[in-house]
Amino acid sequence: MKLELRGITKRFGALAANDNVSLVAEAGQIHCLLGENGAGKSTLMNVLYGLYQADSGQILLDDKPVKFSGPGDAMAAGIGMVHQHFMLIPVFTVAENVVLGHEPVKFGGVLDIAAARKKVREISDRFGFDVDPDAIVGELPVGVQQRVEIIKALITDAKVLVFDEPTAVLTPQETDELMAIMRQLRDSGRAIVFITHKLREVKEVADKITVMRLGKVVGEAKPSDTAEAMASMMVGRAVDLEVRKTPAKPGAAGLEVSGLNVWNHEGQQVLNDVSFQIHAGEILVIAGVQGNGQTELTEAILGTQTKHHGSIKLSGHELLGKTVKQVLDAGVGFVPEDRTEDGLVADFTIAENLMLDRSDRAPFAKRGVLQLDFLAKFAAEKVAQYDVRAQGIQAKASQLSGGNQQKVVLARELSRELKLLVASQPTRGLDVGSIEFVHEQIVAARDSGIPVLIVATELDEATQLGDRIAVMYQGKIMGIVPPDTDRTVLGKMMAGLSA
Amino acid sequence: MISKFLRGNIALSVLAVLVSFVVGGILIALSDPTVQSSASYFTARPTDLLSAIWNAVFGAYDALFRGSVFNYQAATTTGMFKPITETLAFATPITMAGLGLAVAFRSGLFNIGGTGQIIFGAIFAGWVGINLDLPWILHFPLAVLAGVFGGALFGSIVGLLKATTGANEVIVTIMFNYIAALLLSYFLKTPFLQAPHNINPISKPILASAKYPAFLGPNFRLHAGVFAMLAAVALVWWLLNRSTLGFQFRALGHNPSAARVAGINIGLNYVLVMAVSGALAGLAGTSQILGTEGSLTTGVAASFGFDAITVALLGRNNPFGVLAAGILFGGLRAGAVTMQASQGVPIDIVFIVQSMIVLFIAAPPLVRSIFRIRAKVEAA
Ligand SMILES: Nc1ncnc2c1ncn2[C@@H]1O[C@H](COP(=O)(O)OP(=O)(O)O)[C@@H](O)[C@H]1O
Ligand SMILES: [Mg+2]
Repeated sequence: MKLELRGITKRFGALAANDNVSLVAEAGQIHCLLGENGAGKSTLMNVLYGLYQADSGQILLDDKPVKFSGPGDAMAAGIGMVHQHFMLIPVFTVAENVVLGHEPVKFGGVLDIAAARKKVREISDRFGFDVDPDAIVGELPVGVQQRVEIIKALITDAKVLVFDEPTAVLTPQETDELMAIMRQLRDSGRAIVFITHKLREVKEVADKITVMRLGKVVGEAKPSDTAEAMASMMVGRAVDLEVRKTPAKPGAAGLEVSGLNVWNHEGQQVLNDVSFQIHAGEILVIAGVQGNGQTELTEAILGTQTKHHGSIKLSGHELLGKTVKQVLDAGVGFVPEDRTEDGLVADFTIAENLMLDRSDRAPFAKRGVLQLDFLAKFAAEKVAQYDVRAQGIQAKASQLSGGNQQKVVLARELSRELKLLVASQPTRGLDVGSIEFVHEQIVAARDSGIPVLIVATELDEATQLGDRIAVMYQGKIMGIVPPDTDRTVLGKMMAGLSA
Repeated sequence: MISKFLRGNIALSVLAVLVSFVVGGILIALSDPTVQSSASYFTARPTDLLSAIWNAVFGAYDALFRGSVFNYQAATTTGMFKPITETLAFATPITMAGLGLAVAFRSGLFNIGGTGQIIFGAIFAGWVGINLDLPWILHFPLAVLAGVFGGALFGSIVGLLKATTGANEVIVTIMFNYIAALLLSYFLKTPFLQAPHNINPISKPILASAKYPAFLGPNFRLHAGVFAMLAAVALVWWLLNRSTLGFQFRALGHNPSAARVAGINIGLNYVLVMAVSGALAGLAGTSQILGTEGSLTTGVAASFGFDAITVALLGRNNPFGVLAAGILFGGLRAGAVTMQASQGVPIDIVFIVQSMIVLFIAAPPLVRSIFRIRAKVEAA
């Protein structure tokens, strides 16, 4: 089935989330919809799925105009959607989840679960999904849960399948498996719409690419185009996927960690005799597979780990054993790994989040009274300086895209007088434009002459950003190497083999 | 979980109240003897039943109105306006304690120890009010401060326990309600508070120099505490929205881990939240002991500590919302008496209406989550 969206416009108040957007997805093709966070991709697909009504424009299926007043209509017309956040009930089995909403019934209204299981098995076998109809959904890995979503769409015989940022939650291996599935579905004659902002994936599976920016279609790209070219279209200016930085000019030792041991709440040792130095004007990247003690290391610096032994000295002053407030006051900027959990208060406005760490002192407060005029001025300044895209400084943090949330965190942390910057996976889940911006800020912080500690789980980021790389494995530093070290060597160190 | 339960909107609160009154009306009709007897010959003369229902329900709610807002049947002007003063007299302690609980709820602490904190406030204020001999200008403020301090002290112990041992504040505050009530009845049976030569658990009367001025004269129970209530509403609004302390409280309520990473001292804030919350409940205690009641008895907190929970929820933890909800509850309390006296409607109907309000406020998240599951199923 051929899907055509013609001149779709959808406004939220003053904001045109979709502005005269047109797109044609042919049967037997994977059509990538590429765009930064907030470009309007999800909005467009929600219009298609009947969740939103377009202000103007048309949806055509096989050249016939259709109108959907709800997802039910869209499903009946043969449109299936795999949302980024799964719409599954964790305590139900796969079969139960798949038939929810259109349960097959036997005589007398009894749920015919056997029929449901049979259907699931059929689809699973046909596409090689390897999904057990009787498994409890909540116990399945994320990648398999996603396949359950796909089965849900296929069971209603969807001819157009929309995947909204399906890879954001997957491991690299699961991503590869998903791409194989998408190819199969395409080859079975379905039209696939694949939404993403990851260029590597686009280059790998796309037959056709439509690029969106700020609610508008800015053009089409070919899978053979360079990643830089696509990124520039997405962002609307030339982007550099390489981190641009001059050679480090390391000064005196700024941060000195020596003999650091940390135990978690269960009494397990999570850091084992960790020692390293970071010089002023230098970026040290801690590389390694997630969960090898990186989080605990940054938390030990911040002061939220309680059982420890050793020393963490910043410009000669001991940080270990200090409270978080004392550590921050000593000039440590901290960008946490999980920005929604630890970096921001989702229900607070951008302005409120910008003073989260300094609500008790001038110029944000005088004698315990908040200086809201100053805050408004400060926030407006930071929003402009960091190009935070939002409806204004009174927008809630929860309304921002990941990239813009991270900009708020950075704006806050970098607006203090810093002697050390610690950032944990600072670009996790961000789009190209935001990644470039975050990297620039980090390099700028280094060039201002402070030591910078970055935790990175992606090797590319580690080698591009780092002036030196310390590889961590099971709470130990396996070695500290220069960034041009061979990738296979780094990979071995990450797996616990010494270099 | 709790924060979800505590969130809601104005429409929700208004709907909850309306639906509860409708249900209350049905119950009034069902329990009315005339309605019951005319129902037996419904087919013969259906209009009898309808007019009986109308009379029962209208009569009851009319009495509720006369008892709580304006008594148009009263012989004197004073009598006409007395009901609204009664409503405010009840609303004063309920609102004060409701404000305290709202502060705690906004900060993510489910303080249900309003009763205990009111009692502690009353004990402190009562002791000062009975035992010191000072001119009003010193004695009254001192007694109020003592009550506020008592509530704050009792509340902050809970905060301290949570901060140092991780104790769950719900359980601790429940236990503290018992401790406060039992301590009060012990004090009222020992010379510490019991009036000499008395066998009943009652204290000596509060000295006049420690009392809230009865600015409407001795015929009215309403006292100057109502102005303290209004001041408290404004103060709590200011605290939550304009002060560093309130900002940190709210940060704690919305996302304690982000607050911690931003250098906010979580433990200290638990103590401060509970101190402020308890202080407001303590103020409610002073309104009782230095205003409405003549002397300290075991019934000093009445059911205000629990009403305050409902009022805080109904008012969506917003100071002005709490004030509106407090006045509504005060009105229900004041009107219930007239309703029973003039229409024979059991006072329990009012308690049922109050409970229904809680139920309907608590239920929508449940209902909504059911609907959301439905929506998801359709979407997929
Ligand atoms: N329900 C909504 N109400 C108001 N604004 C919205 C709503 N949904 C999306 N937006 C805004 O529309 C723009 C496009 O959002 P979205 O379609 O989710 O982008 P994408 O999926 O490309 O990241 C964003 O600026 C977003 O804030
Ligand atoms: Mg999206």
